[in-house]
Amino acid sequence: MSIAVVDYNAGNLRSVETALKHLHADFFITNNPEKILEAEKLIFPGVGEAGAAMNVLKATGLAQAISNFYKSGRPLLGICLGSQIILDRSEESDTICLALVPGAARRFPQHAGYKVPHMGWNQVVHDGSHYLFQGIPSGASFYFVHSYYPDPSNKKACITETEYMIRFCSGLCLDKLSAVQFHPEKSGKYGLKLIQNFLNLSGL
Amino acid sequence: MLEKRIIICLDVRNGRTTKGVKFKENIDVGDPVKMARFYYEQGVDELVFYDITASSEKRKIMIDVVARVAENIFIPFSVGGGIGSIPEIREVLLAGAEKVSVNSHAVRDPSLIEEGASLFGQQCIVLGMDVLKDDSMPSHYRVVIDGGRKPTELDALAWAKQAESLGAGEIVLNSIDADGTQEGYELTVTKLIAEHVGIPVVASGGAGKISHLLDVFTKAHADAALIASMVHFSTFTLPQIKSFLHKNHIPVRLDF
Repeated sequence: MSIAVVDYNAGNLRSVETALKHLHADFFITNNPEKILEAEKLIFPGVGEAGAAMNVLKATGLAQAISNFYKSGRPLLGICLGSQIILDRSEESDTICLALVPGAARRFPQHAGYKVPHMGWNQVVHDGSHYLFQGIPSGASFYFVHSYYPDPSNKKACITETEYMIRFCSGLCLDKLSAVQFHPEKSGKYGLKLIQNFLNLSGL
Repeated sequence: MLEKRIIICLDVRNGRTTKGVKFKENIDVGDPVKMARFYYEQGVDELVFYDITASSEKRKIMIDVVARVAENIFIPFSVGGGIGSIPEIREVLLAGAEKVSVNSHAVRDPSLIEEGASLFGQQCIVLGMDVLKDDSMPSHYRVVIDGGRKPTELDALAWAKQAESLGAGEIVLNSIDADGTQEGYELTVTKLIAEHVGIPVVASGGAGKISHLLDVFTKAHADAALIASMVHFSTFTLPQIKSFLHKNHIPVRLDF
């Protein structure tokens, strides 16, 4: 059950790697588009700026590889920026993204008393139906650091919600693609549980 | 609702935890990795490691500590203490820290913040600032550097705003007047900075009682509170602190 972790200079690659090692996952880190397509599952991490990230993904052929991987119907987990870049576009640097899930990444509005980035632990509310959240109570806290949030066109794609000046979609899913805005690799035992749930999912 | 973070600070010298950490529990209090793991299991929201190693050749020991901490705790942590260049920031982040705290070096060369934020992201660059009450300054607080020993010409509020515009993602505000007193955070300057910048402000210096944390959240609007000796000496435990705050309607992470 081999998992590819996409390496495109994302800031949290090392933390994701450490969490996967801790869970004894069978994984490899790669920036090679062909290697990605050989994997059974894909983790698409991300910390950084959407425009810069898309430039790297396009220039390296990783953008196409991620799209092809998704279209092949294999499980994919996006983290943080990885939950934004799967949408059609991002308001960050007005970036055209991978367009796997219809929608856009939007910037938090300015609102008195609310700081941006949204940084810290916040509750993730879910209805218990999605496999990623098995064994995780609705309302458990996860660690967030972001200024933009995913806004899928079809609200049914939202599997979790979180409140920070607005109620936003902190987790989404379409077919075998799931993505979370927070950082499971930095969210203590519930974060590790979520990653474990992804590891446990049978691939094909 | 975003929770108020409780951050524990550990001073590390030559790879060992210092500053009179006295635990009642039977753990090796000199080992920063074991300390980190202990607090992680107690539900700390974030950790800060201050490297007080004097010489740069011993920096490698700290990098090793950072890497081992990263393998053992799965919450964010930052590293500070004498970090003054982009290669040093990169080394600490690659070892597994989420954030790097810059202080005196950023005052001497503010481009460190700008360059660090553009290379690694705003969320990685924390400005640590030490301030001293000084009525001759416009905001009535002066920035001091080199561990509080050297006064600068910088006004505390002006510097906080400048750092924000340069790309700092967070400010750890330490009051030299309050530090070590255990009589409570300096609420006036914390409120002043917290209300005038758009990035999170972590209050530091002076915490000795649990009520001090309640004050800094309710009266000074801090986003997070740094604590050290009140837990290192087992005067209070994290669960005690969090349950008190929860009873007083401060949102904190209880289930971890």
